[in-house]
Amino acid sequence: MKIDKNTINKIARLSRIKLDDKESEDYIKDLNSILDWVEQLNEVNTENVEPLSNISSSILPKREDVSNDTNSSEEILENAPDKLEGFFAVPKVVE
Amino acid sequence: MNNLIKGEKYDWEMVIGLEIHAQVKSNSKLFSSSSTKFGSSPNSQVSLVDAAMPGMLPVINKYCVEQAVKTGVGLNAKINNYSVFDRKNYFYADLPQGYQISQYKYPIVGEGKVTIDFKDGTSKDIRIVRLHLEQDAGKSLHDQNPSKTYVDLNRSGVALMEIVSEPDIRTPDEAGMYISKIRSILMYLDTCDGNMQEGSLRADVNISVRKPGDEYGTRCEIKNLNSIKFIKQAINYEVKRQIEILESGGSIEQNTMLFNTSTGKTRPMRNKEEAHDYRYFPDPDLLPLEISKEEIGKIKSSIPELPDELKNKFIETYKLSNYDASVLTAEKQTSDYFNETINSDPELKNHAKIVVNWITSELFSLLNKNNQDLNNSPVSPENLGQLIKLISTNEISGKIAKDVLEDMFSSGKTARQIVDEKGLQQVTDQGEIAKVIDEVIEENPKMVEQYLAGKDKLLGFFVGQAMKLTKGKANPKMLNDILKQKLNKKN
Repeated sequence: MKIDKNTINKIARLSRIKLDDKESEDYIKDLNSILDWVEQLNEVNTENVEPLSNISSSILPKREDVSNDTNSSEEILENAPDKLEGFFAVPKVVE
Repeated sequence: MNNLIKGEKYDWEMVIGLEIHAQVKSNSKLFSSSSTKFGSSPNSQVSLVDAAMPGMLPVINKYCVEQAVKTGVGLNAKINNYSVFDRKNYFYADLPQGYQISQYKYPIVGEGKVTIDFKDGTSKDIRIVRLHLEQDAGKSLHDQNPSKTYVDLNRSGVALMEIVSEPDIRTPDEAGMYISKIRSILMYLDTCDGNMQEGSLRADVNISVRKPGDEYGTRCEIKNLNSIKFIKQAINYEVKRQIEILESGGSIEQNTMLFNTSTGKTRPMRNKEEAHDYRYFPDPDLLPLEISKEEIGKIKSSIPELPDELKNKFIETYKLSNYDASVLTAEKQTSDYFNETINSDPELKNHAKIVVNWITSELFSLLNKNNQDLNNSPVSPENLGQLIKLISTNEISGKIAKDVLEDMFSSGKTARQIVDEKGLQQVTDQGEIAKVIDEVIEENPKMVEQYLAGKDKLLGFFVGQAMKLTKGKANPKMLNDILKQKLNKKN
C-alpha cells in the first residue's frame, strides 16, 4: 500500500488536522516508510491463524452494577472553553 | 398478501430493515460507575471516564453483559462465547472520546429471529442478524441558541444493545409490529424499560424499493426514530420519494436521512463527501469478552416466560385465537391482568374469549378515555372476573354490564354491589317478559299491521320498546324469541 496526496488529505481531514503542502510531503514520506517496514510482516504465512487481539492471557475484569451518585459537573466543565447553565457550549453543529 | 404499492408506472415492493437501539436497564453505565438516571441536571452524571479525560480506562459492567446475553436468548439467537470491543471513530461534539466503543466483527450475540402475528391469524418470522453492546453518545441541543449547540454528557457511555434485523420487513405495519414485538420481549426480560418517549428504545430504519423479483435497490437510512407512529410515517414518505425518483428516470443515492416530525418529511443528513470512515479497530483498553457455557446456562435458566411461550400456552389452555393470544401477551401487564382475572373464579376458564373481550375492548377503552394505565386500573382483576361471571350466568345482560363496568370504574364498587343496589338483575321470567310484549303489541296496532305486511325491520322497534319498559333488563334472547312467536301468531 502506498500513501499519496489524496490519502494524506483524507487522513488529515478525518483527524481534524490542517496540513500545509510541506507537511503533507513530509507525512507522505514518513507514513510510507512506516508502512514499508510493517509490510515485512507479510512474509509470514498467517493462513488459518485468528488475528490476535490480546497479548496477555488475563481475562477482562468486570465490575458490579453499582452507581456512585457523586455529581462532578463542576470538575467536568472546568476545562470547557464555553459553558452555559451546566451545558458545554460548542459552535453550532448543524444536522 | 399483496404488499405492493402502485406508482405512476409500476408496482413496487418496499424492503425494510431495522437497527433498534435499546438502552440496557442498569444502574450504572457500560464502562463507568456513573448513574444512568433519566432527567437529571445536565452533566451531573459524568465521570472522568465518560468525559474522556486522559488516562482514564474503561471497566465493563458485568450486569450489562448478562442483560445482552439474556436478550439474545429471548431473540432465539446464538450467544457468542467470544466477542470483541472495537473503536468506531468519528468526530462529534457529543462524543468526547472521539470514538464510540462498540462491537464490530465479533458481536456478543449472533443470528436469531422473532415472530410477528397478523390480525388474520397468520404470522411471519423476521430474522435477526446480530445484537451487540455499545456506548450511547451525549445529547445535543441545537435549538436554544442561533450560534451554539449545548451538550449534556449524562447519556454518554450508557449501555445500548443494538439489534439489527435482516431486510425481511415489507410494510410500515410490519415495521411497527416488529419493533412492538422486540419491545415486548425486552420488557418481559426486564433488560430494557422500553420507554420510547425517553429514548430508551429508538430505531434507525433502512429502506429501499424494488420491482417484485428484482435485486435489492439502493437503500437510505433514516436515523433515530423514537415512536412507532414516526417510523410508519417516515417509511411512507421515504418510499414515495424513492419511487418518484426512480419512475422519473433517476437513481437513488445512498444516504443517511433525518425525519422531521412536524413536517413528516425526510431530508439527507450528511452529504456524500463527508461519508463516514469509521476506521474500526479493536479497543486496546479492553480485553476480549469471554463468557463460559456455564455462565450462559445460568443466565438461560433465569429467563422468565416469554410472550411467545405464554401465547402458545393461552392458545392451548383457553382455546384462544392466535391473534387474541398475541394481543394479550404483547405487554406483560396485560397477560398478568388476564391471568389474575381468569384465575379469580374457576367458572371463568370456560369463558376465556369473553374475558379477553372485556379486557381488550371494554376495559382498555375506559382506561384510554381516562388516560390511565392497566397497572393502576381502578377495576381489579377480581372485580372484572366477578362482572364477567354475572354475564356468563345470565344474571345481567352484556349491555347492562357495560354500564356496570363504567360505574365500577368511577365508584370503585364491586359488580355485585352495583347490580344489587340498582336492581339490575336480568329478567329471565318467561311470564314477565311475555306480559311486557303483550303491552307493546297492544299499544302499537299500526306497527304490528305493517310488520305483518312484510316490514321485517320493525322487529327492532318492538324489541326496543320492550327493553325500555324493562329498563334494559330483559334477557335479549328470550325477548326476541317470545316476541317473534307472538307476532307470528297474529298472522
